[in-house]
Amino acid sequence: MPETWDRVAADDRAADPRTAEAELLAEAGEHGTAATEALTGRLAGTAGSGASGTVAAPTRRHGAAPAAAPHGVSITGRSTRVGDRVFKGLAAGSGGLLLVVMAAIAVFLIWKALPAFSGNSGNLITTQAWRPQSSPPFFGIAAILFGTVVSALIAMLVGVPVAIGIALFIAHYARRRMATVLGGIVDLLAAVPSLVFGMWGLYFLVPNTRGFQSWLSEYWGWLPFLKNTTATSTAQYGQSLLMAGIVLAIMIVPTVSAVTREVFLQVPGETMDAAWALGATKWEMVRTAVLPFGRAGMISAAMLGLGRALGETIAVALVLNSGFVINPHLTEPGGDTFASTIALKFGEASGSPKGIPALVFAGLCLFVITLLVNSAARMIIARRREFTA
Amino acid sequence: MTSLAAGSRPTRTQPSELVGARLPRWAPVAAAVAGVVLALALKAVLGWTGWLTAFFSAALLFVVVLTGWSFRVEGRRRAKDRLASTLIYSSFVAALVPLVLILGYIVVKGLPAFNADFFTHSMNGVGSRAGGGLYAAFIGTLEQVAIAAIIALPIGLFTAIYLVEYGKGGFARAVTFFVDVMTGVPSIVAGLFVYTFLLLGTGLRPFGAAGSIALAILMLPVVVRSSEEMLKLVPRELRDASYALGVPKWRTIVKVVLPTALSGLITSALLAIARVAGETAPLILLVGYAAKINNNPFHGDQATLPMFVWDQLGKRTGNASDFGEARAWGAALTLVLLVLLLNVGARLLARLARPKTR
Repeated sequence: MPETWDRVAADDRAADPRTAEAELLAEAGEHGTAATEALTGRLAGTAGSGASGTVAAPTRRHGAAPAAAPHGVSITGRSTRVGDRVFKGLAAGSGGLLLVVMAAIAVFLIWKALPAFSGNSGNLITTQAWRPQSSPPFFGIAAILFGTVVSALIAMLVGVPVAIGIALFIAHYARRRMATVLGGIVDLLAAVPSLVFGMWGLYFLVPNTRGFQSWLSEYWGWLPFLKNTTATSTAQYGQSLLMAGIVLAIMIVPTVSAVTREVFLQVPGETMDAAWALGATKWEMVRTAVLPFGRAGMISAAMLGLGRALGETIAVALVLNSGFVINPHLTEPGGDTFASTIALKFGEASGSPKGIPALVFAGLCLFVITLLVNSAARMIIARRREFTA
Repeated sequence: MTSLAAGSRPTRTQPSELVGARLPRWAPVAAAVAGVVLALALKAVLGWTGWLTAFFSAALLFVVVLTGWSFRVEGRRRAKDRLASTLIYSSFVAALVPLVLILGYIVVKGLPAFNADFFTHSMNGVGSRAGGGLYAAFIGTLEQVAIAAIIALPIGLFTAIYLVEYGKGGFARAVTFFVDVMTGVPSIVAGLFVYTFLLLGTGLRPFGAAGSIALAILMLPVVVRSSEEMLKLVPRELRDASYALGVPKWRTIVKVVLPTALSGLITSALLAIARVAGETAPLILLVGYAAKINNNPFHGDQATLPMFVWDQLGKRTGNASDFGEARAWGAALTLVLLVLLLNVGARLLARLARPKTR
């Protein structure tokens, strides 16, 4: 269809050569619909119904009054409609604004973090402390980087397998009607504010899992990271990185399972039927048809979940008990992440010259890390899309 | 499979010669009963005190019994299949348990705080005593989220229109990519950004609308993404019919595309609002907290529901109290109800008025 209209437009150009034709050509190349507009505009002009349409020579030949339609699309297809230009400008401008915001986030974070690079008596990267308000200031991101990465990794290890299980369940195990309802319930879990997860973690999960943590330390303590070397009674277990990781795991499950579910639902029926026809059991069908198809989707979903876990603030800030040292014993209380540090140290930061820049630097680190993780996830999805298309 | 070998030896558990020996239909139930009984026996013999241990050993025993039984009767492949099914089903239960626990716990803790005073009074002069309420915080949340929606919804909608109706080439690809990346910007980073460019060094004090800007940044990618999906659902034929009638492109979008997708667009707007309504992290940096009622989002500290919770838990000032904790749970329950209402409303709307696609 567009080719035909292009030809119509080209014929018009040949019949009525004008200065604006170069512009039209460029426009037609840019948008397949420009030619469409030319045709529709002409039709409107001919019918005399276009309240706004510059009527060019050919239309005049048909006898329509030129004064009835002062501006619009001429027979050459050159768009003179103000409305279209304004509207397209608004739409493109909104998209541009979005890019500007992203750029501004990067620029402002870098600019305002600059003071943190000077006057620090510790090493910005390797120091395990956060005392920008002392004189001389002494702070570094080593411990919070450790806390951020470890809590997010625990969340991945616990959350991603469960999320994939849920996605498989909803996509291929549950009955269709039930699956819709259950999918909706899982989506509701995604809607619960992170503050609520944090409160639940602090007031319900931590007190109720003291026994579990001490059991881990007692019977699995030969794994050094599960050993609690300081606690002498069950009551001294509690706000550990492990618990923060578990709360984060609960929070990323809906995100990860929603994306994986979509991928699993797209598995071609032929592939699955082929597996069934070879006499596969349900699990063999899933393993040979569904999982290989969804591999890229699962990886990128896991990375989206990782991005969410890395940047989670309030839940971690509530569950964790601050302590700026790298502690490989995950069942011992203490630990911090970038996001929780920003939230918790903000109140006391404004009193000192290095306080805010130090936190902005932490925010910049977090921004860069999540940017990398998310970009990687999106690129995997995009490559997959090209591959299947 | 051992279908031939099994076929020569007819047993009760074998429905057909073609499929081989199968466990009876009641096998999972029997395995579950066996698991529970064994776990209770273990609990009695070994003197375990916690029910949690008994629960998990029962679950583990169920898996072992069912898989082992299936292995004996049905062979390795079906045993694997049963194991995988069990794990997949249990992972779903594993996700439902926290949901039920969280919602149940917050209702139990939050409901006692609910009374008429709680919704009609501010915290002015209450301190750590009983009484007071979240009126001021509720006003703040409504105003700030409304301003965020006023900023983000038009920009998001126009971006989606650009991507669907006009977008081609490098610029559109860049916008798509950065919308995706923006989805992953942590809320605290959005808050920190608004702080650095609006409050830091400009001498401005925290005020409500500053929080709205951060919320709008968080909302924007959600609005773009979901509106884009909705606009893509509008059939191409509708647009072509409109063009054929001589309607300009922008009027086609305004009069044909948007009305067709309207219910979907409202749904996505509501979901986006619900997503940011419970956001706490940026507000800590941007809006401050006030016990008094402040109806002006453009001047002065303004309370919000999340900040109310944060304050009453003693996280802001460092002194928590029992009354404060009760109020915090009440406010958290209000927040959850607000968000869930928005969600359920959006989904109902989406179901009632789907865009007609033929």
